[in-house]
Amino acid sequence: MIRLEARPVPSLAMSVLSPVIALAVTVGVGFALFLALGKDPGRVLQVFLLEPFHGVRALTELGLKSTPLVLCALGLALCFRSNVWNIGAEGQFLMGGIAGGGVALWITQEGLGVSRWAFLPVLVLAGALGGGAWAAVVAWLKDRFNANEILVSLMLVYVANLFLSWLVFGPWKDPQGFNFPQTMSFAAATEVPRVVRGMRLHWGFAFALGAAVVMWVYMFRTYHGLQLQVGGPSPAAARYAGFSSRAAVWTTLLVSGALAGVAGAFEVAGPMGQLTPHVSSGYGFTAIIVAFVGRLHPLGCILGSLLLSVFLIGGELAQSRVGLPSALTGVFQGVLLLSLLACDTLVHNRLRVGRLR
Amino acid sequence: MNGLELLVAAMLSAGTPLAIAGLGLLVNERAGVLNLGAEGTMLVAAVTGFATAYHTGSVSLALAAGAAAGALLGLVLGWLVIWLNTNQYATGLAVSLFGSGFSAFVGLGYVGKQLVETPAPVVPFLSDIPVVGRALFQQHPVVYLAIAVAGGMTWFFYRTRAGLVLRSVGESPVSAHALGYPVRRIRLAAVVAGAALCGLSGAYLSVVYTPLWVEGMAGGRGWIALALTVFATWRPLRILAGAYLFGGVTMLQLHLQAQGVQIPAQFMSMLPYVSTVVVLVLISRNPLWIRLNMPASLGKAFYPGA
Repeated sequence: MIRLEARPVPSLAMSVLSPVIALAVTVGVGFALFLALGKDPGRVLQVFLLEPFHGVRALTELGLKSTPLVLCALGLALCFRSNVWNIGAEGQFLMGGIAGGGVALWITQEGLGVSRWAFLPVLVLAGALGGGAWAAVVAWLKDRFNANEILVSLMLVYVANLFLSWLVFGPWKDPQGFNFPQTMSFAAATEVPRVVRGMRLHWGFAFALGAAVVMWVYMFRTYHGLQLQVGGPSPAAARYAGFSSRAAVWTTLLVSGALAGVAGAFEVAGPMGQLTPHVSSGYGFTAIIVAFVGRLHPLGCILGSLLLSVFLIGGELAQSRVGLPSALTGVFQGVLLLSLLACDTLVHNRLRVGRLR
Repeated sequence: MNGLELLVAAMLSAGTPLAIAGLGLLVNERAGVLNLGAEGTMLVAAVTGFATAYHTGSVSLALAAGAAAGALLGLVLGWLVIWLNTNQYATGLAVSLFGSGFSAFVGLGYVGKQLVETPAPVVPFLSDIPVVGRALFQQHPVVYLAIAVAGGMTWFFYRTRAGLVLRSVGESPVSAHALGYPVRRIRLAAVVAGAALCGLSGAYLSVVYTPLWVEGMAGGRGWIALALTVFATWRPLRILAGAYLFGGVTMLQLHLQAQGVQIPAQFMSMLPYVSTVVVLVLISRNPLWIRLNMPASLGKAFYPGA
């Protein structure tokens, strides 16, 4: 008989290995699913997992996709470590995109002459304010009225989506856009500068990597960062030490909202260049998986975001190359997170064979 | 039907999916398990139900299939959070993410397909009562089922030994364990039963209420149902009342649009979500009130060996 036995200390090795096992499980599920769908599993898996790495252009696309994921996941990792369950990064992402896109649109309409590099800080600020303000609503309602942050942050995703839809169907619609629900294309001056000419990868990627390093320092090398995290595993200890749980709620939500907002602003002023009803492809939700796959560790979030980007791009490729629906990506994301959580049992427990003596 | 009749009828039919899902979540939470997977469960059940109805033409079979799909997801969630003690928030989220992805994938072939509509049976004589007759007695049987489940649940929780045991497992699993009750099995049974109700609610949406399959069609109802359990301070009949109230809000938005009120459609559609937030704020502002009513071990893991 196999049973679980609690480990005296959590296993670091298992903590690192667990995402790998989860990935293997997910690939196994994919293999079976492709067989069931009558496709050659080897070929599909190659398209899904290897093609996204094929060539320089593919690699830059990977970086492009992972930029919003890293930014959102960093904030979520901080939240989850502090036991603040912000699951509305998607809404904060959208509000950041709206704020950043609004400024870009204003510059476009006024015909202001700005340089790309001068506009970049403005864009980042606008995104951070937009996303931060949206998360501040959650923090305020949680702090002042004790309202559950899970439900409030999620409800605000729907509200943000509808708000964006109103903007692009209404006041911000391009008058010359043949009635399509979208704003006019932003002026070239508002574009996030590209890293390589001719590729879509922009400097937001470097910003995201920098943010991960800053987050690492903040989490593990500052007293303030420590204070926040004590409340996660042990609220009683945090209270005893005099660490304020109110401060934790506000800080984590504002930081994660601002980061998600910046991600949204980059997405809008980067690859999109205008606002449409479909600014996000669920990045805020995918980032939840990224944060867990990345072990709620900033540098892990980078690796996690690359993996989930492979899933996203692989899904698109599988659609165009082998005729599989890109909705498969969602299935794999879910399977990955579920099997990851199951594997995580082995971080705190070990398997023992034989009966209890 | 006149305006009032229409409103009452619409409140009942729009509130029913929320009521059933809310009651399901209530069973979970009374046993101490928070199921954030409700939205995903509803979606998977919705597509399962729709596919069943599409291929067999039987509404009751479709509803049963939806409930079964929900129960299956409940089994997965229950095994993870009860036996492996995974984090309940994270696991529920995972089920929701999986559910929305899986339902979108499976449902691709059913987008734009239509079901053969069957008119709801009419209760004879009662439906002839003036003013409210037709609104109250010309609904789909599931609407009455929701009311029956709420009533039955009240009786079960507060008038039977099994209900008391279930509540004790949610309040203090350690005590229940010490008394010799199989805490984990009871919790699993509650999770599966609750998820089956969520599934029934999802299938009702796609087979009876809309009746269509659209990606993400639950539209946050799973999350609103979660908010309902807080709103109702974990009481079955209050969940029913809250669900009809929310159903009314949903209908109000359509009603105002029909009246030609000059508010953009998007702001109208925000109403259910904004009212959920407002209601949560109103009910949660007194922490003591929540703490007195919430199952004491809600969301906490239980280790039988410890």
